[in-house]
Amino acid sequence: MSVEFCGLELEHPVINGSGTFDAIAARRAFGDELLERFPFAAFVSKTVTLEPRQGNPPPRLWELAGGLINSIGLPNKGLAGYLRHDLPQLAELPVPLIVNVMGFRRDEVARLVEAFSERAEVSALELNVSCPNVETGLVMGADPAEVARLLDRVRPLTDKALIVKLTPNATDVPAVARAAEEAGADAVSLINTLRGMALDPETGRPWLGGTTGGVSGPAVRAIALAQVHAVAQAVEIPIVGMGGVQRGADALDLMRAGANLVAVGTESFRDPAAGLRIAHELVDLLANRAV
Amino acid sequence: MTRITAPFGRRAAAVTVRETHGAYVVIRCRDTAGPLPRAGQFYMLRSAERWGGGEGERPFLPRAFSVLRARPRPSGCELHFLIEDVGPGTKRLCELGPGEELLLVGPLGNGFAPPREGRTPLLVGGGVGIAPLAIWQDELAASAAALLGFRDAPHAAGAVLLSDPTVATDDGSVGHNGLVTDLLEEELDVSVEELEVYACGPPAMLEAVRVMCGERGIPAQLALESGMACGFGACFGCVVPTVDGYVRLCLDGPVLEADVLQTAAVAGAGH
Repeated sequence: MSVEFCGLELEHPVINGSGTFDAIAARRAFGDELLERFPFAAFVSKTVTLEPRQGNPPPRLWELAGGLINSIGLPNKGLAGYLRHDLPQLAELPVPLIVNVMGFRRDEVARLVEAFSERAEVSALELNVSCPNVETGLVMGADPAEVARLLDRVRPLTDKALIVKLTPNATDVPAVARAAEEAGADAVSLINTLRGMALDPETGRPWLGGTTGGVSGPAVRAIALAQVHAVAQAVEIPIVGMGGVQRGADALDLMRAGANLVAVGTESFRDPAAGLRIAHELVDLLANRAV
Repeated sequence: MTRITAPFGRRAAAVTVRETHGAYVVIRCRDTAGPLPRAGQFYMLRSAERWGGGEGERPFLPRAFSVLRARPRPSGCELHFLIEDVGPGTKRLCELGPGEELLLVGPLGNGFAPPREGRTPLLVGGGVGIAPLAIWQDELAASAAALLGFRDAPHAAGAVLLSDPTVATDDGSVGHNGLVTDLLEEELDVSVEELEVYACGPPAMLEAVRVMCGERGIPAQLALESGMACGFGACFGCVVPTVDGYVRLCLDGPVLEADVLQTAAVAGAGH
């Protein structure tokens, strides 16, 4: 079953969440079988920033009941390194490429959007707004006015689809989604991880090198469902729903709540081919529902 | 050295044998779809049934294990894993017996490289970290000397998995009373051969090996451990600090040359 999303023709409605699958690394681990059985209908790459980032000091992971907390810190090669090393390899994937970008000020996001706007290999852009704007101190995605100002700055710079990745760590997520829509976003995606923390059982101090991290996995599934449902009441633009999807039935729930596409994240850590399985299960469920 | 890649996705492998060696359990399973792994490569393992619901409602993620031994079979291979019950994941894996199934992804990572020209391999292992040294000793020929350290006699029972090892225990109940790095230091000082050290064990042991070999200009390949969610480069959780910045242990390791590491005492290893 093919689906249309922001002008892209996708083979099925299952993609990956940004930062939960590294297609270049996976090709090293699994060889070209990865390309023959690529698990997602579009590939969303890990967040790219203007400058290279090492990421947070380890430990970076903590296992929870039904999920994990990660504190990775957006390590990446920076725009120049991404264009030189990553983009040519990601262009070999058999599915459309969506590049996720983040900046610490609006001008940084603008430079990233402009750079990728020129690249034919890139089908769409996703804006990671889960970071503080160093100019205002506000988390861009937590405040409707901040998101509107960001879109006002970057929307004129590209004809490519702009997807705003919403943070769940906001007072009024539907208001942020509405602001994104009004300022010209083509779609929204949610949920990003929820802020969480773990203590070292021996020392009582924060376990994660970054002190706090993001909670993901089935533990957040009910929250994702509620937020997707609320956002779907607030906007007309398409929604990429994610959060704890492990089975086709979970994906179907998100679609019933209003998602047009569903993204798989943490479940890929447990099974690299989870996206394929979930897509098959979802397509079967949708076919049965249609009968 | 070309990488041995894993089939894409996770697959079931039937447990054929469960044996205990003191504090350790060895699980053998039948992998009908995977290639023969290289020594030092690892697999992500979980039980097919009842993975979760242990202490703290864990485990959730699969667990990384270096392969202890691998034997070719008419289709696929037989894989052996060495497991110690130290948490909810390993506890569940230790319960598995014939008739039950593992779900595995692998072989993953790089594995050991052969010794440099003219160098004699010396294997140094601590605790459950002896696992990759057993398969490496199989490949190198059993003549490769092995120095193994354990906490106490129940753990030292694992020494039978290698050929003709010299053993140290923290409590002196078996072999040398002290650390395996005492044995290593002595060997490095008296050996007339040019050595190359292969080591796997707890972070403090690996750090001592790194420093000791670095001081003497002896090459050392260290098989490290780090908290790992996926095993194939997706989660970015398992980084270790090298002279070139952080590298993902699952992808660029788990075997790293000691001289590229800033430290072998990886924060959070073993959680």
